[in-house]
Amino acid sequence: MDAPLRAAMDFPILSVIVLLPAVGGLMVLALPRRRGELVLPVALALSLITLGAACWLLASFETGVAGFQFEEQVIWYEPWGVSYHLGVDGISLLMVLLTAFLFPIALLASTSITTRVRGYFASMLFLEAGILGVFVALDLLVFFAFWEVMLVPMYFIIGIWGGERRIYAALKFFLFTALGSALMLAGILALALTAGDQLGRPTFDFVELLGVDLGRAAQFWLFGAFALSFGIKVPVFPLHTWLPDAHVEAPTAGSVILAGVLLKMGAYGLIRFNLTLFPEATVDLVPLLAVLAVIGIIYGAVVATVQKDIKRLVAYSSVSHLGFVVLGIFALTSQGLQGGVIQMVNHGLTTGALFLLVGMIYERRHTRQIADYGGLATVMPLFAGAFLFVSLASIGLPPLNGFVGEFLVLLGSYLSLPGYAVAASLGVVLAAVYLLWAYQRMFTGPITVEANRGLADLGFREVALLAPIVALVLFLGIFPKPALDRVEPAVQGILDRIEMTTDYQVPQFGIEADLPEAEARP
Amino acid sequence: MEAGEVMVSLLILLPLGGSALLLAFGRRLGEPAAGVLGTLTVGAAFVLAAVAGGDFLAGGAHATHIPWFDWLAPLGVRAGLLWDPLSALMALVVTGVGALIHLYSIGYMKADPGFGRFFAYMNLFVASMLILVLADGFALLFVGWELVGLCSYLLISFWFEKPVAAAAGKKAFVVNRVGDAGFLVALMLVFAAFGSLSYEEVLGRAAGELSTGMATAITLLLLMGAAGKSAQFPLYVWLPDAMEGPTPVSALIHAATMVTAGVFMVARTGVLFDLAPVSAAVVAAVGIGTALYAASIAVAQYDIKRVLAYSTISQLGYMFAGVGAGAYVAGMFHLTTHAFFKALLFLGAGAVIHALAGEQDLRRMGGLWRRLPVTTVTMVVAWLAISGIPPLAGFWSKDEILATLFARGGAWRAVWAVGLLTALLTAFYMSRLIFLALFGERRWAEGAHPHEAPKVMTVALGALAVLALAGGVVNTPWRPGLEHFLEPAFEGLDLAHLPSGATQWVLAALSVAAAAAGILLAAGAYLRARRPAEEGPTWELLRRGYGVDEAYARVFAAGGQAVARFTDEAVDQKGVDGLVNGLGVLVRTVGERLRPLQTGFVRQYGLGIVLGAVALLAWFLSRGGF
Repeated sequence: MDAPLRAAMDFPILSVIVLLPAVGGLMVLALPRRRGELVLPVALALSLITLGAACWLLASFETGVAGFQFEEQVIWYEPWGVSYHLGVDGISLLMVLLTAFLFPIALLASTSITTRVRGYFASMLFLEAGILGVFVALDLLVFFAFWEVMLVPMYFIIGIWGGERRIYAALKFFLFTALGSALMLAGILALALTAGDQLGRPTFDFVELLGVDLGRAAQFWLFGAFALSFGIKVPVFPLHTWLPDAHVEAPTAGSVILAGVLLKMGAYGLIRFNLTLFPEATVDLVPLLAVLAVIGIIYGAVVATVQKDIKRLVAYSSVSHLGFVVLGIFALTSQGLQGGVIQMVNHGLTTGALFLLVGMIYERRHTRQIADYGGLATVMPLFAGAFLFVSLASIGLPPLNGFVGEFLVLLGSYLSLPGYAVAASLGVVLAAVYLLWAYQRMFTGPITVEANRGLADLGFREVALLAPIVALVLFLGIFPKPALDRVEPAVQGILDRIEMTTDYQVPQFGIEADLPEAEARP
Repeated sequence: MEAGEVMVSLLILLPLGGSALLLAFGRRLGEPAAGVLGTLTVGAAFVLAAVAGGDFLAGGAHATHIPWFDWLAPLGVRAGLLWDPLSALMALVVTGVGALIHLYSIGYMKADPGFGRFFAYMNLFVASMLILVLADGFALLFVGWELVGLCSYLLISFWFEKPVAAAAGKKAFVVNRVGDAGFLVALMLVFAAFGSLSYEEVLGRAAGELSTGMATAITLLLLMGAAGKSAQFPLYVWLPDAMEGPTPVSALIHAATMVTAGVFMVARTGVLFDLAPVSAAVVAAVGIGTALYAASIAVAQYDIKRVLAYSTISQLGYMFAGVGAGAYVAGMFHLTTHAFFKALLFLGAGAVIHALAGEQDLRRMGGLWRRLPVTTVTMVVAWLAISGIPPLAGFWSKDEILATLFARGGAWRAVWAVGLLTALLTAFYMSRLIFLALFGERRWAEGAHPHEAPKVMTVALGALAVLALAGGVVNTPWRPGLEHFLEPAFEGLDLAHLPSGATQWVLAALSVAAAAAGILLAAGAYLRARRPAEEGPTWELLRRGYGVDEAYARVFAAGGQAVARFTDEAVDQKGVDGLVNGLGVLVRTVGERLRPLQTGFVRQYGLGIVLGAVALLAWFLSRGGF
């Protein structure tokens, strides 16, 4: 059965998931100016429908099967090998779910936006469409198009609805990302043309490109172009300096999405494209990426400890946490990669929640300086409890979700990169230092600033925003099996391909390491 | 699941459920209902542990594995419990002493605004500690390990409005995390070596597969974790500060149970330490060194709880020396009796503090025995027990450790000698505490009206006093009941043994003599003195704990902050980001030269990107591909 026919027969769920928020964005723009009160309900409704569709996707996703599911393909221009090609595997499935889950929360957390409300909510919905598109695209041009589409609304969200230095931050965000985009576009075109030399016509199709045998030199150049672009997004040290500024200046929902999903696009890109399309370069460049990952883990944590602005602190903690993700990815072991993917989800939840919490206190006091708080647990016990709970998840305390990812990454990367894994375990200590110290300064002791004395504890809406995240943090910590079971085949497929195309062998250990011996015995 | 398996699972689920209920409704339940609920869940867990553990007493029962669910599939980790004599003993101590301390807390925490929250955390602690001791593998052990650390943090900083309490809680968590990092690395090594984290696999295959070098590395890293949790040198600094928590917390977590987790872990993984004699020796050396070191500091403390804190560190050192020497039963025996008498000492101290409306300074106590008869009688029992006076519980267990150390001969005799000296110091500082607090002249403030604690508190004191008095009978040289009970758990290990006949009597006589000497010395110095005469640089040095804590503060806290500031300001802002902004300025300058082309900042750059991509591609094509 050829692809267009099959796409016509099956329900195009992925297209629907990507289009729903975009439609929502248009609907919001089409609302009459004087019906401002309808903007949030409409936007929220569309994002919730998207979440529903994503849940349906989860329910009908076949566990334990490698390869892409729900594929849709429509040829656009045959001679250039461009097609509208979508599909998900276990990894992109989790990313789609995370995105669809965080957006309704982010929208509901945006009630303090009062200027250009329609533009704001439309931007958020277009942003969601772009991100979802990035995660489901299987054609490199389509991928790039979504990647760029996503950039514009984010730029506006920071630049228009951001804090005092929003223009500086937005521009910095834009320039960093755009620089990466230019490299990636050149890389994509070069990749398609190189493939064309072998196939007789160029192709942008990811699945088709898997069959192309790229030379060693080509792999290195292309790996570099893609990795720089994705590394900026992750961000990998030393490409991270746009992140603290963007986070500090972005409105709450912007930070939630930025940390929660946007950064994951970089890590996702590394897994999807670098590891899969350029395996030889990947294997050779592991030491470089691992060094940068470990530096990121420790450097981000060290810098986080002395931040005076709580949002900056959380931003630097992201640098540290994403270092774990990158280490897990380039460990090139099943445990490490699965840990990296799970850690992407975990970081999205916990850091998303931390930014929500910071936003809640900011709305009350309009300051992000840690020194302006102190003793908050006395007046806001519920808020303090929520903050501590999420911090503990972020610190990697079992049985909360952060532990599962960190533990898998550390044990998995020890198998192939023992020295790096041991160094990375220092990050576990430092995370406790910066978060608990911040908690101590903001929440314990007597109330030192009069303005904090009358603060109201969390309201119903705020509890409703946090409750689903708290529930998932617990669930994924205690029972991560449903998530891991879906990721495992995808990860295994990637590692199998690396083993097949290079002389890399996933390190054997424990029982498996003994097998050859056992066979040798009479 | 069989009935026994359900019972063992309920051990954890009861206090866990209690904690969840109390967190949600603790405030509404109020006093004393919240405390009663908390006490009942732990009490019920004790009954279950006793029933389920009874099979081991009868003999013939063997260890049971209770599978729960698939937890971390990529590591092959299933959450599950292991019910064997060792975990049964720990469960009994934790729930038994735990229930009594919960009961006591109903009185102690009376009228505290956080009454419900207190019992929620205490229940969570008991559940976490049970996860730790009942785990059937390293992964779940680590879960319990971290959770008890969390509860310790929450309860030390229970009165979080006090900045010192909040700081002490954080310090405990962070110092423990340093040890945990070592623990984590140990788990990396274990997983790489065995491809599994379950005790059955790892401990079962270790003897045949693990090289001495790898076993040494793993066990030394495990010791790092154990030293953090059990407050051994050099990671002990958090425990004295932990006394900022309510006194029942100090009794339960920082004396009787959590801090013994390190000893338990060494005993549990004895197979690995057996393969690494160097590590076992290091365990013993760290233990006995810490025992003497902390005892010497305890001698000079004025705060009644800090004396007990350093005493706990010192007694844990004994247990480490015991398990390091392969005297696993003796180590676990001392763990058990110590849980009785040290919990009692803390609760007694709590009653004294309670009676004097919060006074903790020994210099402002004295002569309280008339006013606090029950507290005095029970504390005297605990004092004689920890000093090692026969036939109280502490004598039997401490003597067993010392005698076994002696019997191993060679350099172990030196360890024994240090242990004997520590026994003398122990009797001395404990007598000092008792004489200064309860006997001698009254030195408390004029307006104070010391009164005996309420019934709920004295009942708990009485029960613990009985255990501290008679708990030794479970393992005497004539009837080594505990040894038989634990035998299956330590099967196949190279166990150290007690010396025979006359030697044993001589050693026992020596340790009693040391205890008596300590008591007599203290009696001479403190029983009649109006005011302790403890002046001079030596006393000052001991009082400050040799200045180690201050040195840590300078090096790690202040030094670490300076490094972090430098990284933030010089490296990140000026270096990395400075480079980026410099590039930005450069681009803008070039941009201004090309101003005619400029139509808007972003659009300009957008155009630049496309042009850049085109240029890159053109270069690529001109090369004719790769």
